[in-house]
Amino acid sequence: MVDIQNMSFGYRRHSPLLHKVQLSLSRGHIYGLLGKNGAGKSTLLKNIVGLAFPQAGQCLIDGVSAQRRLPSMLEEVYFLAEELYVPALTAAQFVANTAGFYPRFRQEELTRYLHEFEVPAHAVLSKLSFGQQKKFMIAFALATNTGLLVMDEPTNGLDIPSKAQFRRIMASALTEERCMVISTHQVRDLDSLIDTVVVLHDGQIALNHSLDQLTDQLTFATLPTTDTTPVLYAEDSVRGRQAIVPNATGAYSRVDLELLFNAATSGSSTLLPYLKQPSYAQPV
Amino acid sequence: MLACVKSKCNQEEINMEFKDNEAIYLQIAGYMSDHILLGKWAGDEKIPSVRELAGDLQVNPNTVMRTYDLLQQQEVIYNKRGLGFFVAPEAAQQVKALRKERFLQQELPEFFKTVSLLDISLEEVQERYTRFQQEQTATLPS
Repeated sequence: MVDIQNMSFGYRRHSPLLHKVQLSLSRGHIYGLLGKNGAGKSTLLKNIVGLAFPQAGQCLIDGVSAQRRLPSMLEEVYFLAEELYVPALTAAQFVANTAGFYPRFRQEELTRYLHEFEVPAHAVLSKLSFGQQKKFMIAFALATNTGLLVMDEPTNGLDIPSKAQFRRIMASALTEERCMVISTHQVRDLDSLIDTVVVLHDGQIALNHSLDQLTDQLTFATLPTTDTTPVLYAEDSVRGRQAIVPNATGAYSRVDLELLFNAATSGSSTLLPYLKQPSYAQPV
Repeated sequence: MLACVKSKCNQEEINMEFKDNEAIYLQIAGYMSDHILLGKWAGDEKIPSVRELAGDLQVNPNTVMRTYDLLQQQEVIYNKRGLGFFVAPEAAQQVKALRKERFLQQELPEFFKTVSLLDISLEEVQERYTRFQQEQTATLPS
């Protein structure tokens, strides 16, 4: 669905933010895009959907360059920015003005999502609270049924029950025809929702693995502080050393996304080279 | 583990909290098998679609698809093209057989290991097991 080839981008000429990024995203998956503040997550997403133009390389959507912004491509893409602009319209007026751009938009889905999110269906959007506005836009984005749905920090500003509702709605909205990309800081919100983790660090894709691959290759464990087994990455905590070690036995351990993210962005760990090895080359 | 916490408008609200040491798709398979053993889902009854269950559990549909693949392969559920998934007529027996097999393969050897390590005789085990069965029948609601 999305194919990024050798893409570079920077807001100023001599300080590229993204450097020769390579990334492919397929339909039927929910990708979690993680990165530190200022790593360029939003910039990457804007390049994907054609809101920013790569300075080198290209971003393709179904083989067509996103920056050409062809109507046939735009009706297949919905981008939900982190900061919303919500006009002073009622939901019905907003739908009447906007839904026409998305041929597969379904009013009954929007109604169902709004009901589940407990957003009043007839209020003027700009009069709603920030969280309610956000939930309205998430519901609208999902109801457009575009092949590519990109959401920048969708769970920001959602209260606790809304986050569970968000996961429920997202899980039921994924089909084999849709590719969903969610950028986030709050990894715990998305734990079992995403199937693939993409980490952006130092202008490049540091990690792009499915959770299944990660559990096959890695074990996440708490080791006693005195334990000196070689680890791929470890952090000291009150409970002991939170460690990532090679998965030698094939046993399952749940991926600790926070620890994985810290490992991928620490620069010093041996984790990334280990994951890059083809699995047959790894000691068992 | 998965547990139903409250009922709301006839629709079960499922509180999903997964264990850290077993793959989520297996935990969901266990949860579905429990439903079948407890008789909540009868033979040839239609079960939730992959997307419905993924929504209820707030997990990625691909994870639930993996569960359904496994349960199909174990002949606990079956797929009717275009209609969805159904509980196999002999599903409860099938689940029991699979669990018995797993118990005999994995848990029983562990039990034997402890029993022999602590020099507990099989007679003592037998005696206690008989007492356990008696207590069970006594506490059963009439």
